[in-house]
Parts: sequence; C-alpha cells; structure tokens
Amino acid sequence: MARMLPEPTPETRHFWEGCRDGELRLQRCTECKHSYFPPRDFCPKCASRDVEVYKASGKGILYSYVINHRPRPDMGTEPYAIAVVQLNEGPRMMTNIVGCPQTPEALVLDMPMQVHFAKQTDDISLPLFEPAKG
Amino acid sequence: MKPKSVAVVGAAETTRLGKIPDVSVIGLHADAALNAMKDAGLKPSDIDGVATAGISPVELAHYLGITPTYADGTSVGGCSFMLHVRHAAAAINEGLCKTVLITHGESGRSRVGAGGFGRAPSSLMGQFEMPYGVTSPPTMFTIPVLRYMKTYGVTEADLANVAVIQREWAAKNPRASFKDPITVDDVLNSPMIAWPFRMLMCCLVTDGGGALILTSAERAKDFPQKPVYILGTGESVETPMVSQMEDFTSSKAFRVSGKKAFEESGIKHADVDHLMIYDAFAHLPLYGLEDLGFVKPGEARDFINERNTAIGGKLPLNTNGGGLSYMHSGMYGMYALQESVRQMRGTAAAQIEGAKVSVAHGVGGMFAASGTVIFSNET
Repeated sequence: MARMLPEPTPETRHFWEGCRDGELRLQRCTECKHSYFPPRDFCPKCASRDVEVYKASGKGILYSYVINHRPRPDMGTEPYAIAVVQLNEGPRMMTNIVGCPQTPEALVLDMPMQVHFAKQTDDISLPLFEPAKG
Repeated sequence: MKPKSVAVVGAAETTRLGKIPDVSVIGLHADAALNAMKDAGLKPSDIDGVATAGISPVELAHYLGITPTYADGTSVGGCSFMLHVRHAAAAINEGLCKTVLITHGESGRSRVGAGGFGRAPSSLMGQFEMPYGVTSPPTMFTIPVLRYMKTYGVTEADLANVAVIQREWAAKNPRASFKDPITVDDVLNSPMIAWPFRMLMCCLVTDGGGALILTSAERAKDFPQKPVYILGTGESVETPMVSQMEDFTSSKAFRVSGKKAFEESGIKHADVDHLMIYDAFAHLPLYGLEDLGFVKPGEARDFINERNTAIGGKLPLNTNGGGLSYMHSGMYGMYALQESVRQMRGTAAAQIEGAKVSVAHGVGGMFAASGTVIFSNET
C-alpha cells in the first residue's frame, strides 16, 4: 500500500521542492524577523506580506512523541514513533524518527536531531529526523 | 451575555446508549430531540431555532419538521454543543428566536449512516501531519503529553489513576458502559495503543445522542422542569494541527474559553460545586483543571491523586464516568452538558447534594477548539 503523501499547494510548494532538493526551507518575516511553519505567504505574527524563504539548519531537538502500536496500513506492520521536533530556528514540525529503535528507551526527549530526507516519489521527499551525529 | 437571562428547559439523551446498530446518525439526533421536546412539553412547531454539528442544521430542521428563524451549524468538534449553547443564549437575548433546540447524534461504534474522517492531502493537516502515520485521535491528541509529563514529573501511573477514579464514578451510574472497578495496574496492563497511552486511558467508542432546549429565563418558569440557568459562557479555537499548539503543556483554547466564562458569570472557582471536563483521553482532566484555573500548572496530578475529584472530594469531576467509562460517541461535549444539567436539576445518578453551580468544559478536535458553559439552578 502506497504511503499517504502530501499534495503541495501554491503556498507550500517551495517547502516540498526544498525537501526534494535536500533543503529544509522555512520562512521568515523581513519586518519582525519571526520564523514560522507551516508555510504561508504572510507572517502569522505581524501579518506582513514581506516574507522570505530561507534554508534552515535542519537541526533541532526531539520535543514530544507517541509510539503508535496500531500501524496505519500504509506505514507497515511495526510500531512507529510519531514525533514533533523543535527546530533550532524556533518552529516545531511533526515527523517520524529514523536511524533509531522505536522505543521509549531510545527516544529521549530533548535529544539532538537532524533532518533526513526520505524520497517517496520524484516530487515528494519527506523531512524525517534522525539522532544528530557528532 | 447577562447571567441567568437564558435557561435550559429541555434536556435528554437518546433512549439507548452504547451499541445501537439499528439507528442511523440522523435517527439518533431525532430520538434525542424527541426525548428533549417531551421533557420540555414542546412540539417541533414550538421550536424556532436549531443548532447541531456533524450533520447540517438544515438536515435537522427538515427531518423534524421545524421552520427556524435561527440556524447554527458551528462544527468545531466535540465541544461544538458548548458553542451552540453560547450562541443560542446570545440569539435569544437578541430576539433572533425564542426557543432553540441543540442536538447531537453519532453512530461512533456502529457507523450507521456515518461519514468518514478523511482529510484532503492538500490541506495543512494532509501535508504536514498525515504523511507521518497519524491515524485516529489516539495518535494525535496524545502527542503533546510526553512534554507535559517531563515538565511536571507526571508518570504513567498518574495518567492511569485518572481512569481509575472516573470508573469509581461510573460504578454509580446504571447507564455507564463500563462499571466494574479497575486499578492502576489494570490500566497499565491494558493493551498498548500509542505509548504512553494504553487502552483504558482512551475513551470508549459508542453510539448515542443528546439534545438541549433553551429559552429565556422569563419564559423558563412556565416549563415543567426546574430551569437550569446559564451563568456564563466562553469559547475559543487554536490550531487544526496538534503539532502546532503554542504550548504542549497547556491549551490556549482552554485558557481563553475558561477565563471568558468565569468573567461573564462573576463567580469564583471556590463557588463551583460540580465540574465536567471532556475526557477523550486521561490527560485532558489534567490540562483542564490547570487551564481553567482550579489549580496551578503542574498541580493537577496531585489534586487528582489526593482524591479531590473523586467521590466525597471537594470538586466532583466527571460524575457520569466521563468519556473514559460512561460513553463516547465521537463528539462527547453533549454528554458533559447533559450531566451538568442533571446535577443542577438534582436528578443525576451520582447526585452531588446541594450542588448549585456546575461547569461543563469541552474540547474540539485535538486541542483545536474549546467551549465552556457555567450553569446554576438558582434564580
């Protein structure tokens, strides 16, 4: 069963093109400097339309998660963590954790994480996270 | 609104609760509505305002033969009915209508005539949450909780105890789905759903419905039931995506809605005799007690463990057994309101003697929305 994938819209296309090209792209208000996610073409803090897309560090910490023991059919048969990572730039995003057992012992809150792009189709790569190396 | 200007004069649940495979969603709405109209001594022709969620108020009005001058289709999840009460009170005071019927019906378990839960893959949730394998609420509503647990030192046993105490209340309620006593160990040994959540920390999935009828306090005196007055109301919404909550240890929608309701009512927390906090999962009473201001952040765990919310405690909470043990069709807010009304009428299965003020606090979506209604049985 094919994994459920996002369908980009005009406001989010830069994000998904970034993932495809191996870059985690966030947006920032050029007036109040607020970094935000998910994508939109104005600043959710001050409503300015003067915003820019920039390449984020791809680094953050494990902020919270659950381990789903009743896998969705398109996600395989093993329990998997559904996590939220807090990026160093401020915003948080939902993701999955790779390169690490899906157990409470291995998944410790506040551990450093780094982005890992998992190619799904020619257009879509998902921004997953793995424990930071070094 | 002006406190006590509007009252509940009709309130009822569906004739049956639990597993009802022979009634569709619209049929459950109608059964609850007919029971509430009988309770109030009214006919459909006496109703001039309708409000519902899940189905459209158009479907409801047409099905029951009502010609309304007020229709509210606010649909923000399980607390929609708290918002309907709030909007109906404003509408009655403004003269838009005189008598409002609010209904809920859901075939949560049997799925007779029920729609799906699908999200468009182009929606924000479809793009930024669904690809990571979220399924039903047990994998979404629960996501902030590990952060809450780490911040305040809350354990899995603390979460389990919320379910244990609610089961004690359910044991007093003949209509509750689960009445047998459970222990913390029972909860911690129940099947794993989404760590750290086990089955007995998650709500039931049942069929049922409920309905309320509101009118002005002035007219309420002429109805057969003891009027239950609305003292204050609040509502708010935060985010459709649980991953984007501002604070994982507190719900902004809860805080805003609760503050508004308390300000409007003019009461203090110490005046509250009875409390309902929508408990789709065991963590919700913890967040609710703190965000409504009954205790300070991080104190709810001890407050519950010290049995303040249990039978005989100073703040009886979820006295019907809650979504964890009474019933949960999907949008449970209606049943929290029904229990508050029963407590104010003095007809609850686990009646709190002398209770004069009841608070019903609801959540919609995954901390997406909130509504609060404060009731009183005194004029």
